Amino acid sequence: MDSQRRKFLKMAGLTAVAGMGAPAINMLLKGEVRASETEASTAPALPTKSVKRLGMVVDVNKFGANPGLAQKCVEACHSIHNVPDFRNPDGSIDKKDEVKWIWAEKYEHTFPDASQYKRNVGLEELPVMTFCNHCDDPPCVRACPTQATFKAKDSGIVMMDYHRCIGCRFCMAACPYGARSFNWRDPRPFIKKLNPDFPTRMRGVVEKCTFCAERLAVGKIPACVEATGDTKAMVFGDLNDPNSEISKILASTFTIQRKPFLGTKPSVFYII
Amino acid sequence: MIEKALTGSSKYWAWMAFLAVLVGIGALSYSQQFQYGLGYTGMSRDVSWGLYISQFTFMVGVAAGGVMLVLPYYIHDFKAFHRITILGEFLAIAAVCMCLMFIIADLGQPMRLMNVLLHPTPHSMLFWDMIVLNGYLFLNLLVGWTLVHAEYKSPHRPVPPPKWIKPFIYLSIPWAVSIHTVTAFLYAGLPGRDFWLTAIMAPRFLASAFAAGPSLLVVMALIIKRVTKFDAGQVAIQKLVTIITYAALMNFFFIAMEFFTAFYSNIPGHKATLEYLFWGLDGANSLVPWMRFSMFIGAIAMVMILLPKTRYNEKTLGVACGMLFISLWIDKGLGLVLGGFVPSPTEYITQYYPTAGELAITVGVWAAGFMIVTVLYKIAISVRLNVEN
Ligand code: SF4
Ligand code: SF4
Ligand code: SF4
Repeated sequence: MDSQRRKFLKMAGLTAVAGMGAPAINMLLKGEVRASETEASTAPALPTKSVKRLGMVVDVNKFGANPGLAQKCVEACHSIHNVPDFRNPDGSIDKKDEVKWIWAEKYEHTFPDASQYKRNVGLEELPVMTFCNHCDDPPCVRACPTQATFKAKDSGIVMMDYHRCIGCRFCMAACPYGARSFNWRDPRPFIKKLNPDFPTRMRGVVEKCTFCAERLAVGKIPACVEATGDTKAMVFGDLNDPNSEISKILASTFTIQRKPFLGTKPSVFYII
Repeated sequence: MIEKALTGSSKYWAWMAFLAVLVGIGALSYSQQFQYGLGYTGMSRDVSWGLYISQFTFMVGVAAGGVMLVLPYYIHDFKAFHRITILGEFLAIAAVCMCLMFIIADLGQPMRLMNVLLHPTPHSMLFWDMIVLNGYLFLNLLVGWTLVHAEYKSPHRPVPPPKWIKPFIYLSIPWAVSIHTVTAFLYAGLPGRDFWLTAIMAPRFLASAFAAGPSLLVVMALIIKRVTKFDAGQVAIQKLVTIITYAALMNFFFIAMEFFTAFYSNIPGHKATLEYLFWGLDGANSLVPWMRFSMFIGAIAMVMILLPKTRYNEKTLGVACGMLFISLWIDKGLGLVLGGFVPSPTEYITQYYPTAGELAITVGVWAAGFMIVTVLYKIAISVRLNVEN
């Protein structure tokens, strides 16, 4: 597969379109021009749509160096948030009813458009933590007909209101990252150990990672970040604050985002 | 006027009873789905819309197709459509009702449907779709009912419809275009779904709608001619066939455009779904026979519609229009929506197979649609035959 060339053509075409169209539209709409639509590592300096813009840096290599860490993150998140665990009779994950907020994915699936021909050996097997990007321009929010999924103005977190959601799943079709899950049936019997401090969901609504908004509210850090301990495999912070740890990492390290050419402006960055 | 639907031959009642049974089975299945949740269907995390939404999309087209009668009759004063324009309007009513039923069947929390109106969200295309669909239903109910009622009131002396209805008729024409355009926007505005991300989605939707809706009308008009004394007329039918021909040609042309863009550009994301639909992707090929069959009978139908010998023979014409309708139904009512989810955003290939209960609900909605259209046509035709006798 000559995927490198194809990828180049795809990227070149799309960035050309974005480069021509987007700034002009922005100028018309807001009277301002954004320096770069794909932002890369200069993100903190750019104007964003919320006061804070919370984001995450995931260091994939550190997950490779610490076997079991990925699973620890998933368990921390899913147990705290009462995420149900649907299994087939043989113990494998039931793909049909599956609900997940964060999971370890293969590189080629998290970055399907960046699957270079002849990439370095080892990358294939690294667990790439995959979860909601809390996009600055989230298509899921644009699509939702009830504002049950919305962007919090103060933090930039893309939130869910389980009591308003009508279960149309338009947001699932709109999210280009597969970050959202739907409760195809009553999830409660499938919660391994109930955490009474966090609400359970009912059937028929969508859910996803919330950047642990409920923990942030009481001064804690996200559960998955906490689970990585001092490995610094995941760093959480405000992208709008140039002095935050995450901003400093982004300013000094080469990172990538998932499908940046779609204009969603993901707030999760990856060190590969 | 309603009483016209309450008297009929034993055949009429047998047909209604048959439909009622199907509706009943569908309703029963729906109550099970309501209890269990949408896991009752074959949908999954990766293929999060299934038959309900694909049928919904197709029926929006059938509803919009009625405008192909309204437009020539009212704008171009094409008199031959005098007798069947009402059939187009009533078909639109039944089709929109089916759309609404399919939407409700698809909701995870149907009791919260009103949230769409309680929290109006102009940046959501689904919000607009709800507005334009309900508006179209209202327009067609108003126009259709008023026109039939005018005939009903004075069966012996033809009266023109009241003047105030004219603006509503004219409004219904762009409105028909809007329902299918907005429905196309549900798909064409989503980043990261390459198969749907195409500017010709709305034109393609309209072309297939203007072929599918009138095809169904031709089939139904030919059936009505056999079971009642109501004859739509050779001229009207042939004019409809001309419309169908051009619309269907446009539709197939647009499909060819999609193929060219995907395969000449050679961009994997744009090719993937077409490959999945017509050849299979990594061994997954559940839709391949359907799509190939759709193209095959579509091509045969086009030949039959173009050849004078088969076109002017009512039997072969009926068969051709029926085949074209099925071809378009597979193309849009299956492939377009279901195909868009393959591969998933993380490039997994998950296939979707509807469950028996899901099929029963789908058939039930279709049967309900046929019931509505039967009742409405019964009224319109009884009134009309009354006028003419
Ligand atoms: S990753 Fe998906 S769900 Fe999360 S904000 Fe972006 S579009 Fe929405
Ligand atoms: S499923 Fe819920 S959150 Fe998603 S678009 Fe529909 S109403 Fe909004
Ligand atoms: S930020 Fe919180 S909700 Fe999101 S994946 Fe991590 S633990 Fe889960």
